[in-house]
Amino acid sequence: MNPEPRTMFEKVWDRHRVLEREDGQTLLYVDRHLLHDGTAPAFEMLKARGQKMRAPGRTFATPDHYMPTDTRIAAEIPDPALREMVLSLERNAAAEGFALYGLDDPRQGIVHVVGPELGLSQPGMIIVCGDSHTSTHGALGALAFGIGMTEVAHVLATQCLWQRKPKTMRIAIEGALGAGVTAKDVILHVIATIGTAGATGHVIEYAGSAVRGLSMEGRLTLCNMTIEAGARAGMVAPDETTFAFLEGRENVPTGAAWDAAVARWRSLASDPGAVFDRFVELDAATIAPTVTWGTSPQEAVAVDSRVPDPAAAPSPGRRAEMEEMLAYMGLSPGQLLAEVAVDRVFIGSCTNGRIEDLRAAAGVARGRQVAEGVTAWVVPGSAQVKRQAEAEGLDRIFREAGFAWREAGCSMCLGTNGEIGRPGERIASTSNRNFRGRQGPGVRTHLMNPAMAAAAAVTGRITDVRRLMEAG
Amino acid sequence: MMEPFPRLRSVAVPFARDNIDTDQILPARFLHLARDADHGACLFRDLRYHADGSEVEDFPLNRPAWRAGRIALGGENFACGSSRENAVWAMHGHGFRAVIAPSFGDIFAQNGLKNGLLPVRLPAETVAMMIAQAEAMPEGEVTVDLEAQTVTAADGTIHPFEVDPFARKCLLEGIDEMSFTLSHHEDIAAFERRLGRENF
Repeated sequence: MNPEPRTMFEKVWDRHRVLEREDGQTLLYVDRHLLHDGTAPAFEMLKARGQKMRAPGRTFATPDHYMPTDTRIAAEIPDPALREMVLSLERNAAAEGFALYGLDDPRQGIVHVVGPELGLSQPGMIIVCGDSHTSTHGALGALAFGIGMTEVAHVLATQCLWQRKPKTMRIAIEGALGAGVTAKDVILHVIATIGTAGATGHVIEYAGSAVRGLSMEGRLTLCNMTIEAGARAGMVAPDETTFAFLEGRENVPTGAAWDAAVARWRSLASDPGAVFDRFVELDAATIAPTVTWGTSPQEAVAVDSRVPDPAAAPSPGRRAEMEEMLAYMGLSPGQLLAEVAVDRVFIGSCTNGRIEDLRAAAGVARGRQVAEGVTAWVVPGSAQVKRQAEAEGLDRIFREAGFAWREAGCSMCLGTNGEIGRPGERIASTSNRNFRGRQGPGVRTHLMNPAMAAAAAVTGRITDVRRLMEAG
Repeated sequence: MMEPFPRLRSVAVPFARDNIDTDQILPARFLHLARDADHGACLFRDLRYHADGSEVEDFPLNRPAWRAGRIALGGENFACGSSRENAVWAMHGHGFRAVIAPSFGDIFAQNGLKNGLLPVRLPAETVAMMIAQAEAMPEGEVTVDLEAQTVTAADGTIHPFEVDPFARKCLLEGIDEMSFTLSHHEDIAAFERRLGRENF
């Protein structure tokens, strides 16, 4: 008798079940627990109970949230409270014996860039981290999701986590992406289509020819913003792209063990006939370079569109919400988005801080100059990305064009390290959230892909990068 | 240890927007505060106060009738976005013990259950009615009874709600999940031995 066909998600879930509770929740075993420098309260919770970590060998940490990106010396962090966040991670690593890629380590970086880069994140694993963008690692065919601080403490003590089995959703994106259209545009389009709560309670499997055709970097971007559609986790079935990306990385098996791992990973793909709770199908050809106009990632439109008119809203509530967003964003209904002037540009983050992103942005910056009055930053996603970009000469292209070339970290994506805009400033940003105040009180954020952000830097306004590409 | 969850009776404070994100509930610049700091003072900081520190008069938390509210009303997808548990600490620190909304950001709802802030899902039309009642009668009181799993609206109508039985037990008795999981140490060890054998 053939076993019931299962989805990729179900295969990973089933393999990690430790036990079931009366109320239907499952205790799952965690393969990789990633930590960053905002984790101090979880260690306090552990200490308060007199508990030690159960599996420090499965735990990996790197500071990213609180470290300024103009220095690598913790003692130089001017704010003692922020300095303490970085130092406490070092103390906890020393006391508990887990791996730390600290500020002086060539492997430091944003935790969601570092995990895949070091081969810590592998197909079929369960990966958790106290950060909602942990969904990133699902691009490798892992089940990866963000958790709260109490849950982090729970994983530190037990290496396990209670979860109710989520529903499954398959998003198939078929066809070829147009010129200038990237994974960032795909995920913004997905969120705009299904809404910011469109996948709440679900794990998404991304499929279809457009997804298969994405590089590993692109898939990481796609899965990264899955949380912005309400889903805790997004996954892509491992394939040759995945294996080619992983082979030879630091924590990946070698020789016969590699062959065995690849064979196991190949079997992870959803079985033919596996049943998903929901299906969404999108046509890749309809996706344009996309930019947000409001204060939620779902408020995303093609860059050549006009700012939507609240008068056309389907309900009074929606109308009021749109009016509030436009007031905050300082935009008028019907205004062409491509006319909107920007004050700052931020290229980086766990969404778009990888080497391919920097290459795309440098391609636009090459031979051009940052517009007068615009402050433009490039913040590599990791120290390794930074070194590779420098080896390729990208840093020189950026510097010559007038961009600041900085050290690796989360930086202006959320500004916990103090790197924020001034009230009223408008930022073209490759990050993941355009929430009110996300990049500083009163700051206005437009999300877009790295080439579009570079285009905004050199023209001084939101720009359809395809026009610059035509101009050559 | 958490305090046992009380039977709640309080005015209901409406935050009548969909998709309120945790960056609004607790702005990122307060994320480094220690667990025992006054997170309640930072709740909705940038919507609640002007840049000069003066109060935004019509923000719900500043309305006289609602200052001591222990029950919040929210729109769809309440507290979406960042996983920051600090958003729950801010609501709890301010005095809230329950949020009633049609739907929640997943991680926030989980964080709430583990910190004595009960997420109560009711149908969108029921929540809209309760928000309208709060605005019409700011002093009207709402009851959340976790034992009975009911909400009594200001107009006296009773609305049942669902909650995970285990989370309910933990909340009512003020116990936490970690102790329960630690009591299953042997099951976890057995799983780890199997894991070692299968080499993954």
